[in-house]
Amino acid sequence: MTHYGGIDIGSRTIELVVVDEAGQVCASLQCDTGYDPLAATRSLIDAAPFDRIMATGYGRTLFEISFESRTVTEIKAHARGARALFGDAATIIDIGGQDSKAIALLENGRVKKFEMNDRCAAGTGKFLEIMARTLGFTIDDFGREALQAQNALTISSMCTVFAESEVTSLIAKGEDPRNIALGLHHSVIRRAAAMINRVSSAGDVVFTGGVARNPCMTELLAKQLGRRVLVPDEPQRIGALGAALLLMEEH
Amino acid sequence: MSIDYQTMWTDLGLDLTSHDALLNVLGTAYRDIYLAQENRPETMAYFDFVMSEVHGLRIKELLDEKAAGRKIIGSYCVFVPEEMVLAANATLVGLCSGADFAMEEVEKLLPRNTCALIKSSFGFKLGKVCPYLESADMIVGENTCDGKKKAYESLRPLVDNLYVMDLPQVKSANGKALLKSEYLRFMEALQELTGVAVTTESLRSGIKTVNAKRNAIHRLSALRAADPAPISGLDALLANQVFFYDNPARFTDAVNKICDELEQRVASKSGVCPVGTPRILVSGCPQAVPNWKLPMIVENSGAIIVGEESCVGERGTRNCVDESGSTVDQLIDAIVERYFQVDCAIFTPNTDRLAHIEEMVKAYRADGVIHYGLQFCQPYLMEAIPVEKALEEKGIPCLRLETDYSMEDAGQLTTRVEAFVEQLR
Ligand code: SF4
Ligand code: SF4
Repeated sequence: MTHYGGIDIGSRTIELVVVDEAGQVCASLQCDTGYDPLAATRSLIDAAPFDRIMATGYGRTLFEISFESRTVTEIKAHARGARALFGDAATIIDIGGQDSKAIALLENGRVKKFEMNDRCAAGTGKFLEIMARTLGFTIDDFGREALQAQNALTISSMCTVFAESEVTSLIAKGEDPRNIALGLHHSVIRRAAAMINRVSSAGDVVFTGGVARNPCMTELLAKQLGRRVLVPDEPQRIGALGAALLLMEEH
Repeated sequence: MSIDYQTMWTDLGLDLTSHDALLNVLGTAYRDIYLAQENRPETMAYFDFVMSEVHGLRIKELLDEKAAGRKIIGSYCVFVPEEMVLAANATLVGLCSGADFAMEEVEKLLPRNTCALIKSSFGFKLGKVCPYLESADMIVGENTCDGKKKAYESLRPLVDNLYVMDLPQVKSANGKALLKSEYLRFMEALQELTGVAVTTESLRSGIKTVNAKRNAIHRLSALRAADPAPISGLDALLANQVFFYDNPARFTDAVNKICDELEQRVASKSGVCPVGTPRILVSGCPQAVPNWKLPMIVENSGAIIVGEESCVGERGTRNCVDESGSTVDQLIDAIVERYFQVDCAIFTPNTDRLAHIEEMVKAYRADGVIHYGLQFCQPYLMEAIPVEKALEEKGIPCLRLETDYSMEDAGQLTTRVEAFVEQLR
């Protein structure tokens, strides 16, 4: 039996998913990217056996060169991964550590259109992470805390540096950190929703990438869009799953 | 680099240290991007030579021409009629620059949110690194986009030979009359500069020279319709870039030689990439030397560029001038007729451009269009949205990119381009 690996080398974490010939997941591993992504990758690969591998994510080229693997963009990988879990997915939003993408699919599952955020961290996991730290929340609690807010404060800046100083001055004014947190979530969601609306105007939206684990993000996104938002169990591994499935289908 | 070039550059007032730095970057980029390509036509060797001597031999030729009494005219836009320049015994060189230089100095004179092309033209002046600019007896600016229009006001104190041409913005009878009167005014300025009167013969001969150059490029473009493509987009872009610098007759000859070789390739069904490689039309802002960023990314992502809907490309070379007029005035009318059809985004409305993009998609059998917009270029970025919409309605995939000359966003651009190429497969 041949096993196919998909590895997604992101800015924060590296995900490895291995599937069998039937596309069933037989292993799923994760580690932090850290300062030496190649070493991190090697430790993951050693832990899960596979016969062939396909890389995706921003570090895919690095991996391609070191391990002579094939590569696929995150866009196609997330499209494939989302389809595996939600058979008729037509719109996907992927918010990862350093970028975000909205993807519209054709009926046959091929990519019809996509949009990506600009070069800065605005609207990505990195933005939320820095803001959580400024407010003294862990990234895992950030969304839950925001959901407890009484009302959302307006954060006008999407630039990480400016937003951080805005947050600092709100804290100094004695504002409830939860209200600030909700405001920050709102500002990321407005961007994500606008990006989704540019590629597709109706139907369910599949939310992938690490940020989809944040319950406040998913709730706000559904409200902002007025559309159903579907979140896979492990949204951060959809890219790796997609890469593994694409590889399997080639053979 | 030989010693007489050093003297030549010093005499031109170049800053040798910065200039060396520029040549170094250019040389490395050319080696990594151009010479690293596989399967290039052998006749491209001519362009390798031209590029290796772009600040050397070609400048020496221009200086020799000057010594013999010819004048050099520098231009920033394809609206400056080379036919007239040649007829007045002068040589036209393109000054559009495709690299960031002396940015700190530039940003003292121009706001940050100015397009890279305009900033670059200032950078080359302020950094004293462009021998073409320094050789020119007249620098022609034109009132096209607002950025350029206002930038020429700031350029004026930096150069003592700036001539500004007004251009219409609407394709109306009045617009055409304005273009004609501005071309007549330009011709007078040329005659005054060179002391040579334009005659029917000299103007017709200028027209023939430039038409021949355009015809050679048209021939090259048509060959790119073949699958597999016989030449890379990078190499074809280079030919379109050198169009602005080289001696016209020699250039025409060199391009025709390439076409001879490409014809054989097409006949034997060989090319620079496998049959079925995704084919892309690039449309949008001009890509001046050494701005090879986008084609490099596209062609490293497993696609091939088969046409440029751009001023350094088909927008700049489309249509020839009718040679049949028997008076200077008739020939000028023919020149006006030809240039008035240029579908630059500074015109409103500019519906011809969309029609041309669609025509080019068909003619070169492109699978998709990448719209290339320079950051802060209002005219082309604005047009990009309706262009994308119209193409999508026709089922032609379109990727809208906005970038500049820095390599900061290369990773992001690569992901976008690769995903687009996956979409076309
Ligand atoms: S894009 Fe417009 S302004 Fe620029 S060179 Fe072309 S015609 Fe001139
Ligand atoms: S690229 Fe756009 S903004 Fe820049 S000079 Fe050309 S038309 Fe003007």
